[in-house]
Amino acid sequence: MTPADDEPLRRTPLHALHLALGARMVPFAGYEMPVQYKSGIIAEHLHTRSQAGLFDVSHMGQIALRGAGAAEALETLVPGDIVALAAGRMRYTLLLNQAGGIIDDLMATRRDDDLALVVNAARKEADLAHLRERIGSAVTIEPSFERALLALQGPLAATVLARFVPGIDRIPFMSAAESAIRGVLCGITRSGYTGEDGYEISLAPEHAVSVAETLLAEPEVAPIGLGARDTLRLEAGLCLYGHDIDETTTPIEAGLAWTIGKRRRAEAGFPGSDRILRELIDPPARRRVGIRPNDRAPAREGSAILDDANNPIGAVTSGGFGPSLNAPIAMGYVAREHAALGTPVSLVVRDVPRPALVSAMPFVQTHYYRGS
Amino acid sequence: MPTLRFTKDHEWIRQDGDTAVIGITDYAQQQLGDIVYVELPAVGTRVEAGKEAAVVESAKAASEVYAPVSGEVVAVNDAIAGDPAKVNADPMGEGWFLTVKLADPNALDGLMDETAYAAFVAEQG
Repeated sequence: MTPADDEPLRRTPLHALHLALGARMVPFAGYEMPVQYKSGIIAEHLHTRSQAGLFDVSHMGQIALRGAGAAEALETLVPGDIVALAAGRMRYTLLLNQAGGIIDDLMATRRDDDLALVVNAARKEADLAHLRERIGSAVTIEPSFERALLALQGPLAATVLARFVPGIDRIPFMSAAESAIRGVLCGITRSGYTGEDGYEISLAPEHAVSVAETLLAEPEVAPIGLGARDTLRLEAGLCLYGHDIDETTTPIEAGLAWTIGKRRRAEAGFPGSDRILRELIDPPARRRVGIRPNDRAPAREGSAILDDANNPIGAVTSGGFGPSLNAPIAMGYVAREHAALGTPVSLVVRDVPRPALVSAMPFVQTHYYRGS
Repeated sequence: MPTLRFTKDHEWIRQDGDTAVIGITDYAQQQLGDIVYVELPAVGTRVEAGKEAAVVESAKAASEVYAPVSGEVVAVNDAIAGDPAKVNADPMGEGWFLTVKLADPNALDGLMDETAYAAFVAEQG
């Protein structure tokens, strides 16, 4: 549940540091968060793509699942293969409702003695209630919503972090390690939300400022706000919960069939599996696609999508300007028959249909480290 | 001597004879952040005081630019359509939006002068 408008905004452990760095703070998912620092969204975006950016994502929810059957229990709620996750490996998966709609998208990391989940800020209370109701009797559910989470993202992130954690540059994408940064124990995963190589670093709130300052002191690292986080993830074709996916969209409609494990497809038995497995064979009526406008006008969330005869075929769910492309980009849902790459469509911006093309995602090449 | 006036919506207008140039203020461009798109009216269009005359989009969102006065658009700055960052770099110079032929040559009378606008911006915090 998102906090009501009249509740005071919560602050992350880095709040004072954001202010000291000249951040412009905005309300986001019940928190007061930096949307940008002094250099601005475009410069921050390009810095992350060329060097390394440090993001405060402490508003996200961290939840540990403990107990012998934790993986099996989580599998009753998600379509991912969690049981097969080896210690130190992680997976992107989806909490599903009985209709196959997406309650949240999350990262699940198998650690030595638990499963560590990172869920969306706006969904963490709802996710926690859902987990407790559905698997609370089988596993111990430990929320650590006060814990800090930093993301260090960009082509030089590994070089920077390896100065403090020798060897961390050699762990592959979607794996995890427990390591100290200047004496502070951190849960480090090689993952992120930018399309670049990088890490997410979970740590106790009282050490968040010192670790953030340590990383920011490196010449390659600049602080990056939520504005650039959004343009980076949009260029990378990654979904934003509550916009591109929600309880009314299925993983197949959303183009997330790849998150459904092979064994899970064979065994079914996850929420909405009847519908989802049917949609794998008999495609659903709509599909999430990438869209590139032909001219420079960005189409924002909610813009209608028309076919070449100006009939409505869907709506934009995320849209804006892609700084690395120096062009507008969007994603949205269109009727299946219009989902093929290269299909001409129009996006309605300020009542004017503007020509665009269904385009491949990610819009920019991703740079994940798969090992040498 | 041209007359420079400002609106509470953070447009500036500079009158010289029966025409006036319109743009957005430095405060406005700072609040918007990186400007990535500008949509200008066609030359010959009539704009109406307080109504939308142009659109400016930052990396985050679209905003309207309101006409401070009524009149006919006699020129637009195509350079900012091609390079919207000019609005950030020089909002009161190269980043101008449009020129109108004033319907009423005294239309600027009710608007803020530079001192009043500076005080208004200071109140915005």
